Amino acid sequence: MFLQHLADGILSGAIVSLGAIGLSFTMKILRFANFSHSELLTWGAYSALIFASFFNAFGGVFGQTIGPFSFGLSLVIAMVGSCIMVSAIALVLHRYIFDKLSRTTAQMTMVFASFGVALILRHLVVLIWGSNPIYYSNDLQFAILLPGGIRVMPDQVFLLGLTIVTVVSLHLFMTRTRTGIAMRGVSESPELARVSGVNVDAIINWVWIIGASGAALGGVLYGMTVQLRPELGFSLILPLFAAAILGGAGSLYGAVLGGMVVGLSENLSVMIIPTTYKPAVPFLLILAILYFRPEGIFGEQKR
Amino acid sequence: MSNFVLEARSVVAGYVPDLPILHGVSVHVSVGEIVTIIGPNGAGKSTLIKAIAGLLNISDGEVLLDGKSITNIPAHKLAAEGVGYVPQTGNVFATLSIHENLVMGGAPLPKELATKQIEKIYSLYPVLKERMHEKAGVLSGGQRQILAVARALLTQPRLILLDEPTAGLSPLAANELFAHIRDLVTNGSTVLMVEQNAKAALRISDRGYVMAEGQNRIDGAAHALLKDEEIGEIFLGKRRKSYKANQEKETT
Repeated sequence: MFLQHLADGILSGAIVSLGAIGLSFTMKILRFANFSHSELLTWGAYSALIFASFFNAFGGVFGQTIGPFSFGLSLVIAMVGSCIMVSAIALVLHRYIFDKLSRTTAQMTMVFASFGVALILRHLVVLIWGSNPIYYSNDLQFAILLPGGIRVMPDQVFLLGLTIVTVVSLHLFMTRTRTGIAMRGVSESPELARVSGVNVDAIINWVWIIGASGAALGGVLYGMTVQLRPELGFSLILPLFAAAILGGAGSLYGAVLGGMVVGLSENLSVMIIPTTYKPAVPFLLILAILYFRPEGIFGEQKR
Repeated sequence: MSNFVLEARSVVAGYVPDLPILHGVSVHVSVGEIVTIIGPNGAGKSTLIKAIAGLLNISDGEVLLDGKSITNIPAHKLAAEGVGYVPQTGNVFATLSIHENLVMGGAPLPKELATKQIEKIYSLYPVLKERMHEKAGVLSGGQRQILAVARALLTQPRLILLDEPTAGLSPLAANELFAHIRDLVTNGSTVLMVEQNAKAALRISDRGYVMAEGQNRIDGAAHALLKDEEIGEIFLGKRRKSYKANQEKETT
C-alpha cells in the first residue's frame, strides 16, 4: 500500500512541479503572487482539446492510439499547440494587465488583479466548454502491474517520462544557453542584469512563455490522467503555491522538488488521516515552510 | 569637435518624478581620463552615475557619448553603446558562477564575440579562470569588485562608470583596486567614478568634481583639488586631522 501511495504521490507531484515552475519564477521576478497562474493549467488542458479535435478530424495516423496509451499523435501535437496558445494568453495578460499595473500600482493591487483574471479565465472555460467533465479519450485503460504490487496506467508512465524530459530540457536551457543564464540573472537582480546589457523585458517574456508552457503541459497531463473540468486549475492552487514557496521563489529545482514533496505528502498523508483532509496538507506545508524557512529550500536566505 | 567621451550637460534627475536630486549637474570626461566625483553623503554622486547609466529618468539636460545623445536610453542598450557600469552594491550575481557572470556581461555581443571576450578576460585575470565554476557569492569583497569590473569590460566599453568601487574593501584591497583602475586607463579605457575614499581616488585621477546638494561646487585637476585647503577641510578629512592635532596639543 505504501509503495502505491508513493507512486501516486510522484505522479501527482510531477503535475504540480510543472505548474509550479512558472509560478515560482513570476513570484521571484515580477514580485507578486499570481493567483491566475493555476488557471493556465485549465486553459492548457482545454486548448489541447481544440488542437486534438482538429487533428483527429484528419483521421488516419492522427486518430489512432499509440501503443498502450489512451491517446494518439493528435494529442501529442496538441500539447505543442496548447503550450503556444497558453503562452500567448500569458503574454497578453502580462502586457495588458500585470506589466501595466506593476509600473503604476502596489504589489497587493497586482495580487487582487490576478484573482480577477483567474475568475475571468475560469468562467470563460465554462462559457466555451460548459461545466461538465470532459475526457480526451473514452477508451478504457488497463493498469500495468509493477514490482511491489504497484499499479500504474500507461498514461501515467507517459506523464512521468514527459515530466522528466521537460525538467532535464529546462535544466539544460537554464544552464547552457545565454537566455537561460540571463533568466537566472534577472531572477537574482533585474537592475544588475539591465546594466550588464540584458534586455530584461525580453527575458520576462521568456519567463511567461516557459511558465505558461509548463502550466499547459501540467494541465494536459492532468486532463489525460484524471479529467478536464473548469475547476482543474483552481483545485491545484494550494499545491502550486506550496510547491513554489517550499522550493524557494525563482528556483527551477526548488519548484520541481517542492512539487514532488507536495504530491508525496498529499498521497502519503491518506495512510494516517482520512482522505477528506488530503487537500489540507499543502496548506499545512505552506504554514510549516513560512514558519521554519520562509525563503524555501533553494531560496536565498535574507541576512 | 570636442574629444569628450562623456559630456553631461545640466542634468536634472531623481528617483521620484518632480522630486529631483540633481539640479543641473554638468560633467565631462575626455578620452583616457580618470575623473572622480567626490562630495558628502547625499550630494547626488551615485544618482548622477545612475542617471548617466540609464537607470534613472533625466527630466532635463542631456548626456552625450562621443557627441551623440544617450539621454534616457535604456540601460541595456547603453551597455551595447559602450558604457560599462559597476554598481556600488550587489555588483555580481551571487547565485551564478563566475563564468556565468561573465556570460551575463557579454549579453549585448554576438555569441562568438562574447566567447572570445570571455577568453580575453580570463587571460587578463587568470584567477577568474581558475575559479570559473565557483559561485560568485563565495568571492571576497575585492575579488567581487574585480569580477564586476571584468564583467563591465566584456563589451570593451569606451567609458566605465564606477560607483564607489572601494566601498567595504580593506585598505589593501582598495589600493589594489585603484592600481587596477589605473591599469585600465593605461590599456585605453576611460573612467568616471564616484568615491567616498576621496584622497586615494583623486591620487589616481586626472580630474575631479566636487558635488554638494545635487549641484556642481568645484572642479579641477585632481592634484589641485588634493592641495585645495577648502576641499581638504570639508571633504578630505584634513580639518579633522588638524582638529585632532590641536586637541592632542591642548591635552599635553
